[in-house]
Amino acid sequence: MAFFEGNKMTAGYGDGPDIITSCSLNVNKGEIVAILGPNGAGKSTAMKSLLGLLKLKSGYVKINDEDISKLSPQDRVKKGISFVPQTKNVFAELTVQENLEIGAFLREDDIQSVISEIYELFPILSEKKSQIVGELSGGQRQQVALGRALMIKPSVLMLDEPTAGVSPIVMDELFEHIIKIKKTNVAVIMVEQNAKQALSISDRGYVLVTGQNKFEGSGEDLLNDPEVRRSFLGV
Amino acid sequence: MDYINAIILLLNFTILPALTYGSQLALGAIFVTLIYGILRFANFATGDMMSFGTMFAVLLTYYFQSIGLNLGFLPTALLTIPIAIFMMIFYMLIIDKFVFSYYRIKKSPPVQLAMVSVGVMFVTQAIIRIIIGPSDRRFLDGEKFILKATEFKQMTGLNEGLTIKSTQIITIAVTIVVVSIMFWFLNKTKTGTSMRAYSDNEDLALLSGIDPKKVVLITWIIAGILATIGGVLYGLDKSYRPFVYFNNMLPIFAAAIVGGIGNPYGAFLGGYVIAFAEIFLTYAYKKFFAYILPETLEPNSLVQLLSTDYKFAISFSILVIVLLFRPSGIFEGKKI
Repeated sequence: MAFFEGNKMTAGYGDGPDIITSCSLNVNKGEIVAILGPNGAGKSTAMKSLLGLLKLKSGYVKINDEDISKLSPQDRVKKGISFVPQTKNVFAELTVQENLEIGAFLREDDIQSVISEIYELFPILSEKKSQIVGELSGGQRQQVALGRALMIKPSVLMLDEPTAGVSPIVMDELFEHIIKIKKTNVAVIMVEQNAKQALSISDRGYVLVTGQNKFEGSGEDLLNDPEVRRSFLGV
Repeated sequence: MDYINAIILLLNFTILPALTYGSQLALGAIFVTLIYGILRFANFATGDMMSFGTMFAVLLTYYFQSIGLNLGFLPTALLTIPIAIFMMIFYMLIIDKFVFSYYRIKKSPPVQLAMVSVGVMFVTQAIIRIIIGPSDRRFLDGEKFILKATEFKQMTGLNEGLTIKSTQIITIAVTIVVVSIMFWFLNKTKTGTSMRAYSDNEDLALLSGIDPKKVVLITWIIAGILATIGGVLYGLDKSYRPFVYFNNMLPIFAAAIVGGIGNPYGAFLGGYVIAFAEIFLTYAYKKFFAYILPETLEPNSLVQLLSTDYKFAISFSILVIVLLFRPSGIFEGKKI
């Protein structure tokens, strides 16, 4: 029994066709799981279904063996599921510090200790804490986005293409941060375009094709699987 | 040449009235900018909402006067403001519940909401006309002047008098207090930060657990406070006439846009920009030049750039010029 799982999820937008059909994903604490696949495979849709931004037509989502399929995204946040969208994932007009404070909006306790933990994890943010986020570089913004999502001390962190549009050096840096986050006993699920790099830091991976599970296995297995290599890794 | 008299003249006829008028516009402009930044539409009912709140202050002033309640040398209207604000907020929340919330939940485009607010404007105008009528009303009581021109002349021995009306000082003082509290609230409190976050990135705010209903509620509460206070101060300073409030919408929108719509600091300063522009451009400088120029150069005409009839044209021109050359407003800075 995995800590956080989506089982046989079927969902689509509005009255349109199903984008994912009977798609199953799971992740345990202290594990990084990558969701891969070609464009239009339903990777982001699967993630939105886990978060509750889309209503499931069938299947369920469970955290710690509790069914949360009917909960709104806000209520799922309260259960410790945090999400970093691909775009517009920071409050660009607020300062770094305010972004973190908003991330902890639901927390009633003293958030100063959590903020200092985030600054330890992302030292650059501590230097720029009173700067407006819109003035930061792309890599720094992504760190703000991760920091904001970590403010609720989530048990599950979902990342939608965290390295989209950043340079390769920044990408490596971000992946290092994601590994650090995983080591704090957080379950990390990410959708990634940079399949090779993503698999190299992932414990497990899922390859979706037309909304269904096509391959799954450890990062290493998928990297070495000839069919996966040929169709998705381009080698 | 007599510079002191010239300065007193300008102070009396332009600077003091412009600061007063600017404060009144600033409150309205912050109202417009808040609604635009958080609820995402241009509220064309602004002028009439200000009028609506002021109407209660006028009626309550009459009532308080009839039962002999007053504030001594201060206008009775100040006593009525809290109740008027309460009525205003109540009205706004009813309108929001039955009109705006429907379009907000449907995620209608801002233009549609703006058109809806035009409808609200007409309804509000009609309600005001039914309750209080369209006529001109003065409801200022208490001490009218803090400093009279004759007293000033006696004190200083100058030719020019300086008149300080109590409404001018009340307007400027109340505006400073209200605006300071509002900026403190928006920048330093958790709820204020959450409102700025909601305005900046609605989806992420929802994902962070910010309750949109609460944000909307607080926005209307702040809007109600600003509209009522702005309206009452204007009414005390000039007079209460519903049609004039409707007309004031142009300078108010101009102020909000000059400041960069969605930016409350800009709206605040924008109010003064518009007020100073209107008053400086329509003031007759003949006497001023008579003081500062040698007698031989004394102007024959009034030296008035524009007739006061054209004061709305000034707001409108500033609006057009800003939209053409600096559509994001003339002030840099944080949005709400």
